Amino acid sequence: MGESLSFVQHFEIWLRAYLILSLFSFLYRDNVFYKLSEHIFAGLSAGYYVGLIWQTVIIQQLVNPMVDNGHWWLVFPGILGVLMFTRLIPKWSWVSRVSLAFVIGNTAGIYIISSLHGLIFPQVASTILSLDTGNGFAGTLLALLVVVGVISTLIYFYFSKEHTGLLGATARVGIWFIMIAFGAHFGYTVMGRISLLIGRAEFLYYEWGGSLSQIF
Amino acid sequence: MTDPLFYVFYSVTHYSLNSSGKTFLLALGFCLYFSFFSFAQSPDSLNQHPPILTLIGDDTLDIDEGDTLIIAVSSIDLDGTIPLLTAENLMDSAAFIDSLNGQGCLVFAPGFEQEGNYEILLIASDGVTADSVTVAITVNDITVFRTSRIAVLVFMLIFSGAVLLYTNWAKKGKTLFVRRIPGIDAVEEAVGRATEMGKPVLFIPGISDIDDIETIAGLAILGRVARITAQYDTPLYVPVRYPMILAAGQEVVEQAYLEVGRHDAYDKDTVRYVAGEQFAFTATVNGMMMRDKPAANIYMGAFFAESLLLAETGNAAGSIQIAGTARPEQLPFFIAACDYTLMGEELYAASSYLSHEPLLLGGLKGQDFVKVILVAVIILGVILMSFDIGGWFKHLFVVP
Repeated sequence: MGESLSFVQHFEIWLRAYLILSLFSFLYRDNVFYKLSEHIFAGLSAGYYVGLIWQTVIIQQLVNPMVDNGHWWLVFPGILGVLMFTRLIPKWSWVSRVSLAFVIGNTAGIYIISSLHGLIFPQVASTILSLDTGNGFAGTLLALLVVVGVISTLIYFYFSKEHTGLLGATARVGIWFIMIAFGAHFGYTVMGRISLLIGRAEFLYYEWGGSLSQIF
Repeated sequence: MTDPLFYVFYSVTHYSLNSSGKTFLLALGFCLYFSFFSFAQSPDSLNQHPPILTLIGDDTLDIDEGDTLIIAVSSIDLDGTIPLLTAENLMDSAAFIDSLNGQGCLVFAPGFEQEGNYEILLIASDGVTADSVTVAITVNDITVFRTSRIAVLVFMLIFSGAVLLYTNWAKKGKTLFVRRIPGIDAVEEAVGRATEMGKPVLFIPGISDIDDIETIAGLAILGRVARITAQYDTPLYVPVRYPMILAAGQEVVEQAYLEVGRHDAYDKDTVRYVAGEQFAFTATVNGMMMRDKPAANIYMGAFFAESLLLAETGNAAGSIQIAGTARPEQLPFFIAACDYTLMGEELYAASSYLSHEPLLLGGLKGQDFVKVILVAVIILGVILMSFDIGGWFKHLFVVP
């Protein structure tokens, strides 16, 4: 950090460092610094999201299309949104269930199609492999591994019969596949988290340290 | 009212509602600082560089009628301000969303009469200077009925038929067997433990909004948990991240208290809105865990990077923990830090297992029926492919 920092820049760096360190202090125990940072964080995010939703949903997706493009039919989802405010009036709060029912019902319906289309079918297509791959024993073994892994995992999630006998043995193979996959995910995610930690440590060392060296 | 004023108002309101400590003035000071800082960065005083707008992906795109196209853009301003993103020449069925953090996305879902060529101008502006990119989109004409997706329709009909059939059987009183899932039985045990200890139960229905099926499954399980806490008169805390979940959660919990005849014991603040931001929510819930020391923490729904933070804190607080999510990347953390974990579809099965309602049982049995068909399809496909005659069969499941 070669160039001289202004007062505002110093203040901002110190504020960020304070918030980082006070959040890290939770590793020791709950304390007043953590509580203060927690409430600032929660309060600011609540306020930020009001602004965000107002701008990106109410203005950009409701008001602008209705006013600028004449999409008058958007008044119906608008009404569903307004109905949610009936929760503030105990006598009429049941009306908000209309909006809730609409969203929950739609979600379930859309999810079925998107799951079939986006998850299940691609998985099935990727699992239908030839065991005669032309790549020798290793190729056949790899294809077999994929097929056995998918089938045994599917059987683990079969709830209509007790997992005993052949079904139980296959389900146990499935749980092995699942656990190996989780192990890989675990390692992958931990590496990601460590890089986040390194990012914060770098900030404290370079930026906060730079500010410290300029001040003192 | 400009956004910074919103932030001040809601920050202070949130703080004053959630705390009555001496640090209130400090929090107010920080909030005012942020707001002042937002105002202070006026374009005139700071603007030296124009913003830079980057299109993530190609600027020439093809799409079929009926499909959905999402184009992401990212912008930066070397002066430190966040550019405002807008779009011009938007056609019907297109919307541009500015996330107000320099990122934005164009969503275009052309209808079946929108064949043609379109050009959209995307603009990033800091109020004084601007940058723009043009995206050319060609919408291809297609017929309304997509024969390439016939397999989806067939499976959809099979699934729907199976669900209806099983639901009908369940309604007629036929016993539909569902195997025992260990994590589900642990829920009642955990609430019983909380009752004995005189401590609350913390239930988190995930951090996704209500348009996530995992959240809906979590709310279904919340209903069952609330019934038990109502029966035992055990305090229940349900922190949520979205207003819609707040409303739905309150309905579910109130209904549960009504069903067991304890409506008088129902407290509307059982389900409470905490924060909209992921890690602000996590920080607050972590604080609740350490201060209230719930005897049982139940996590059921969609979780993301906060999963281990929550589960580790709950573990440190000495709570019994039961988790359920369908996110494979988060399950390892729950498995490591919780006493019981419902993996993937077990979360969805849990709600029907607990309730034994015909409709939910029918759904679960219908899914099992489809799984059997899928296993058969895979085995048949592998045999056909191995004899080099299965290309057409595999192609049935390749959905464009």
